[in-house]
Amino acid sequence: MYSHGSESLIKQAREIQESELQKFYSRLVKLLQGKEFGHETVDSLQRLHLILSASKYTRTLPPELQKRVLSLLSSPVEQLQVLSSAVLRETPPLSGQELNYNQENVSQLNSHAAALLLSQAGSRADLSSLCAQLLRSLESRSSEGPSHSLTHTLPILNTILTHCPQCLTEDHETLLSKKLVDWLRYASITQGGGASSGGFFTGPRSRQPAPIAELDGTVSGDFFTVLCVGQGFTDDQWMNVYSFSMLRHWLLTYHSVSNDNTTADTANRLQLSLSLSHSHSFSNDDRSEIDGSVVSMVSATSSSSRLLPPKERLREKAFQYCQRLIEQSDRKAHKRTDADLQKACLVEAVCILDCVCVEDASLVYRTFPCIKALFGRLSSDLSFARVMLPIAQFYLNHGEMAAVDCESVWNLVFGRFPAELFNDHFLAHELLRFLRLNLESLQLRVPQYTHSFPNLLKLLAWDSPAVVDDFVDLLPSLVTAGTAVELLHTLLDLPCLSATLVLQLRSACLPISEPGGRCLLSLDAFRNPSFRGLFLFLLRGEAGSGDTIDRLGTLHELLAEVADWPRVIQCAQTVPVLLHIFFNTVTTVADEKLLAHLVLVMLERSSLLLNIPKYIKEIHRVFSCHLLRLCKLHPSLVVDQSHELLEFAGATANVYSKEEIYTHVVWVLGEYLSVSCDSRCSVRLITSCFEALEAVLFEITSSAPPPGAVCPAPRVVTTLMSALAKLASRSHDLIPRVSLFLSKLRTVTRGGSVAWCSDEEDLVAIVTRGEELWSLLKAPGVAQSVLTPPPHVTTPQWHRDINVAMPLQLRALTNLTHSQ
Amino acid sequence: MVRCFLIHTVCPLSALGTGEARMLYSRLFGPDEGMLSDKGLTPEERRVLQKEKIAVVARQVRSAVALSREASGRPLVETVPGEEALALQEADGGVVRLRAGDPFSEEMSALWLGVQSLGFTLVCEPHENLLLAEGTLRNLTRHCLEHLHMLGQGSEVLLRSNRIDALLSRLLPHGQLLFLNHRFGQSLEKEVAAYMAK
Repeated sequence: MYSHGSESLIKQAREIQESELQKFYSRLVKLLQGKEFGHETVDSLQRLHLILSASKYTRTLPPELQKRVLSLLSSPVEQLQVLSSAVLRETPPLSGQELNYNQENVSQLNSHAAALLLSQAGSRADLSSLCAQLLRSLESRSSEGPSHSLTHTLPILNTILTHCPQCLTEDHETLLSKKLVDWLRYASITQGGGASSGGFFTGPRSRQPAPIAELDGTVSGDFFTVLCVGQGFTDDQWMNVYSFSMLRHWLLTYHSVSNDNTTADTANRLQLSLSLSHSHSFSNDDRSEIDGSVVSMVSATSSSSRLLPPKERLREKAFQYCQRLIEQSDRKAHKRTDADLQKACLVEAVCILDCVCVEDASLVYRTFPCIKALFGRLSSDLSFARVMLPIAQFYLNHGEMAAVDCESVWNLVFGRFPAELFNDHFLAHELLRFLRLNLESLQLRVPQYTHSFPNLLKLLAWDSPAVVDDFVDLLPSLVTAGTAVELLHTLLDLPCLSATLVLQLRSACLPISEPGGRCLLSLDAFRNPSFRGLFLFLLRGEAGSGDTIDRLGTLHELLAEVADWPRVIQCAQTVPVLLHIFFNTVTTVADEKLLAHLVLVMLERSSLLLNIPKYIKEIHRVFSCHLLRLCKLHPSLVVDQSHELLEFAGATANVYSKEEIYTHVVWVLGEYLSVSCDSRCSVRLITSCFEALEAVLFEITSSAPPPGAVCPAPRVVTTLMSALAKLASRSHDLIPRVSLFLSKLRTVTRGGSVAWCSDEEDLVAIVTRGEELWSLLKAPGVAQSVLTPPPHVTTPQWHRDINVAMPLQLRALTNLTHSQ
Repeated sequence: MVRCFLIHTVCPLSALGTGEARMLYSRLFGPDEGMLSDKGLTPEERRVLQKEKIAVVARQVRSAVALSREASGRPLVETVPGEEALALQEADGGVVRLRAGDPFSEEMSALWLGVQSLGFTLVCEPHENLLLAEGTLRNLTRHCLEHLHMLGQGSEVLLRSNRIDALLSRLLPHGQLLFLNHRFGQSLEKEVAAYMAK
């Protein structure tokens, strides 16, 4: 593991003195001048690499050293090639190295030299030329038969393809498509070197190459794939592995590239439609040619599927290869690693089939039976869940066209997977990615999607930090007018869900009487039949069984001890972020009635939260922020919900327990309870609001805070005063009452200290604000226009003619004067 | 395509700030992303950018490992050289989604395996076969632990990094994930063993 020794090595490498470094360089040059390189050389090169790589800044080697190191690239000793490549990758490219791109012998580059060339490519042109050379070497080799040294060519090409797909010309695509067909479909079906042990006395007859085998040990009766085994492998079998490994990326890339030149694509498609009938009738025509090891390009034109243009032919071969892999995956593998490989192959095969079907819709009908059978075979086994996601993608992409019923697929993806496999990190990642990528078509075609949020949120509740990013993207799609209220409740209870999932797992793996373990009250509650309904509601799979439950308070009490569980805390930390997204989205889909409902939910839930103090504070902050935004957007909400808002604002206890949200409720009442916002706002309403707020303000400023509570925040006091002044400015009868209160306040505080405000500065600020309001209210007309400014003041509609607009002219004049 | 393979620390170190991770080995595959971005960066600037990018990945993985361990509450099992299989079995793993632009120009998935104080990370393109990538990462990690004696106190990961390069050139050539059945695997392992023996 990481030791102090390693740390000090890195430090030394970073802080090495220039003089010391130069000495080291010259010693290394001397070492490299020798003919034989011993242990010391290797060790020094390794140290050189450490020195270069430990710093993010570039060090340049002396030209002599660089040259020597470069020459090691073609050394017969692999260790020296590796070190040379590693060292040079850490240095800036020398102009001399660029020569390599133009060398004729690119095909003779070893893998480590090629890695250096790739990493130091200075431009797209470099990549293009490297690509062209590699392809040329592939082509020239075709006559001599493939060689083992070709294996690294395909990964390099794939790398170039990834970074710069434009590097490939149409001819290149054709060439590589042809080669891939050869390697995929016509690799030897006998075992490679060292196949039979032979022995000294056995004659050449018994040395006949053995046929390749399937993973379950039976002799393979069909073409070679990555799921075939033997004692050893031939070069073309290795190429088969490399070809299949890059096949999907190749199909994806060249699909996207060929989309750019549409004329060629149309031509291909025309040709395809002409030749399709052939390919159907002769889909098995290649079998006759498997007995030979490699079918050469020339003879490859004999049968009818060879009439297909190369791209379509590759598609056809890819299709066959994947069908065979799916078949082979049903065999019982002897080794666990092979069983894992079978799963990975299934994923790849289904993805490739999807890819070829996207390109050529006519393949959909030929593919679906196999995909359906695969689904039927694996759907009940959750250990194949990750194979199901590509299958779901296939159903989503092609199910409609093939008129296939997808119900059972969605029941699995939105039902059992999140409900039973929520603790599988990789499945969660892939499932959420699947949802993100297909959001539009899911919303369009899979009505279950939006209603599955209680299930999907289990992924978030379990592993919040890892998936919150996905939910930031997904949440807006789950917010609809129909789901908004339930979704809000569910988000607020997400920490409870998190705890419940932990309890569910513990309950399943711990015996009822847990010996020695710490006794969990919450676990007992989870197992208690009388509370079963509460937990079952949290664990529900679909929306629609009610927005929330009555005994939420009981549930929170039962879960009191989970407040310090790290998983629950992590989950609680993500909720505020998601609530912001929720509210930002909901205003775009909800009508005023729904928004009014949400305001009520906020007021109600502000005192019904799992007791994690920080969580409660954060949620109150979010509520406050969005209460304000909602009311600003729809001021008549305040008159609509005045009863509930007043009830909330009239409760003195809220001042102490929910300071943040209380302040905002008071503010919106003062701001929007006005005829100018809603004509229904009567004098009576204003008066009753005034009286409720006045009572609270009087109470909190006339006595010490209740035991256990801290003094009310100065902000609450000033907000209450401002709200009262605003209301009074709209109903002048109330002005004397405010003035009386404010004058009393001044008198009381003259003594210097009061029981309800511990900080002197705060008190001064409060009194000053009171005096300001008092003076303002002395001129009721002015007070009204200041405290309830007409809309044209708050949202000015300046004359828009740019030539005469006053602000613009003023700004121009200011600019002129300032510049001088 | 796998974009890079990293070995870095995932535990607090006295020499580093909180949340920092020490990079012990990094290998980027393919051409430099910065070269293709047409931003006109000099090779020196591109190098700094590259190193910063992998440092970002390491930091993100470090937090992911810390959070995941905290949440699971499982005690770390200490292992000693010779117990590589156990260490691997006890390793925790996961995926971090790296958004486009943070730090790579396209979205990536960073697969990680936490073995005690070390993290082994593969940054893959998100459409990559993650099941295969997971298997490859486990295999690579096992080989690294064994051939560089990483469960011990030595610093071979720094002083024998060519072994990791050689491993990668076979098991993950140029970042290409390979579908290797156990027979292909064995034949590569023979090559690896021969390399290590030198």
